[in-house]
Amino acid sequence: MTKDLIDILQISREEIDELIAKAGDIIEQPDVYAHKCDGKKLATLFYEASTRTRLSFESAMIELGGSVIGFSSATDSSVSKGESVADTARTVECFADIIAMRHPKEGAPYVAANNVDIPVINAGDGGHNHPTQTLTDLLTISREKGRLDNLVVGCCGDLKFGRTVHSLIAAMSRYENVKFVLISPEELKIPEHVRTEILEKGHIDYEETDSLENAMPNLDVLYMTRVQRERFFNEADYLRLKDTYILTPDKLTYAKYDLSILHPLPRVNEISVEIDKDPRACYFKQVRYGKYIRMALMLKLLGVD
Amino acid sequence: MIIGTIVDGLVIDHIPAGRGMELYHYLRLDRLQCEVAIIKNATSQKLGRKDIIKIGEVIELDQDILGFISPKITVSVIRNGEKVGKMHPELPEKISDVIRCKNPRCITSIEQELRQVFKLTDRETATYRCIYCDTKAPKQKF
Repeated sequence: MTKDLIDILQISREEIDELIAKAGDIIEQPDVYAHKCDGKKLATLFYEASTRTRLSFESAMIELGGSVIGFSSATDSSVSKGESVADTARTVECFADIIAMRHPKEGAPYVAANNVDIPVINAGDGGHNHPTQTLTDLLTISREKGRLDNLVVGCCGDLKFGRTVHSLIAAMSRYENVKFVLISPEELKIPEHVRTEILEKGHIDYEETDSLENAMPNLDVLYMTRVQRERFFNEADYLRLKDTYILTPDKLTYAKYDLSILHPLPRVNEISVEIDKDPRACYFKQVRYGKYIRMALMLKLLGVD
Repeated sequence: MIIGTIVDGLVIDHIPAGRGMELYHYLRLDRLQCEVAIIKNATSQKLGRKDIIKIGEVIELDQDILGFISPKITVSVIRNGEKVGKMHPELPEKISDVIRCKNPRCITSIEQELRQVFKLTDRETATYRCIYCDTKAPKQKF
């Protein structure tokens, strides 16, 4: 495995399967892992706000016996004085054993990784990559469905700016007989590079539709996404598109009894709160799985068995 | 039009028509003290129209830049009025500090000291992408 995790495509299917197996072992016997990272320090360098991802990384390291340093917004760090990403990373390397970085600009964690010897994990760089979310999604699907192959996966909502969808498609395209149903309004369709370079080049079965109701009966997994205000330059476009798809109990009447509903969270209103009680809703379990897969990943990158 | 023959120097031929000046700047030929001639829109059997650059001195040229502009470019080496070699630059795996990433969300948009590097991601379609944000480079017209 590479020193860092910047893009999910850096790691092979076998390495992903290994991480999923390790996370499963951590879930089964957490006590065995409680002191694996005693004395290790994780630096969480978060240049933009995040609740789930930062707390997930931090609790993952704490549950491995390690400790955490870092900052949770750019204003709390030397970046407000004009320090470059490379210099911040070099400084933090003197204090920490591993870095998790979130940054609004695409490629910032790659710059950090190229300037330090310790592992760097991309915890989200703008609308670009968020590999630990993808690992979380894969672990969730694997645990809930018992497999990552032979599935019909529906991706619904903002497929244009939704980086988690792009990475999920890229990762799941490596498994046999996975079909994608891409549900979005015209303006938020999957980008051309995902369609041509992943789906068409890999001869992956997919269809595009704007109807969630029509797609629903065939889905094994429904991956809902939020229309993200922060990805729009134009507020009017955001307001026009934000309520396009809202998952309600009515729409679920067409779904399979064993459908798994995922969402990278936070949600705004795209999944009705009434769905939360439905056994098919997996999105809060998904958050918990996120901690376990990050534990597995940090163990791997730190070379701890 | 008559351009004098070269005794010692280089002839960069089969440059896509209209891109000679661009290549002149990328190769930083403005720094040379020797004679440099740019011929625009010359007739070509292969390309219809092409640009040509003649340099009155044998110098090292960045083959990556030449290959990036077009893998159809050829470079002939002239010594004592005779052609003694011909190079065929290929599409490079990476191209540095030639083109800039236009994605306003890319880290290079705020950190000016970073090198502008694009990597070849599809040789068949000659597609290059920014190594930081994966934004596709503008398509080169061969």
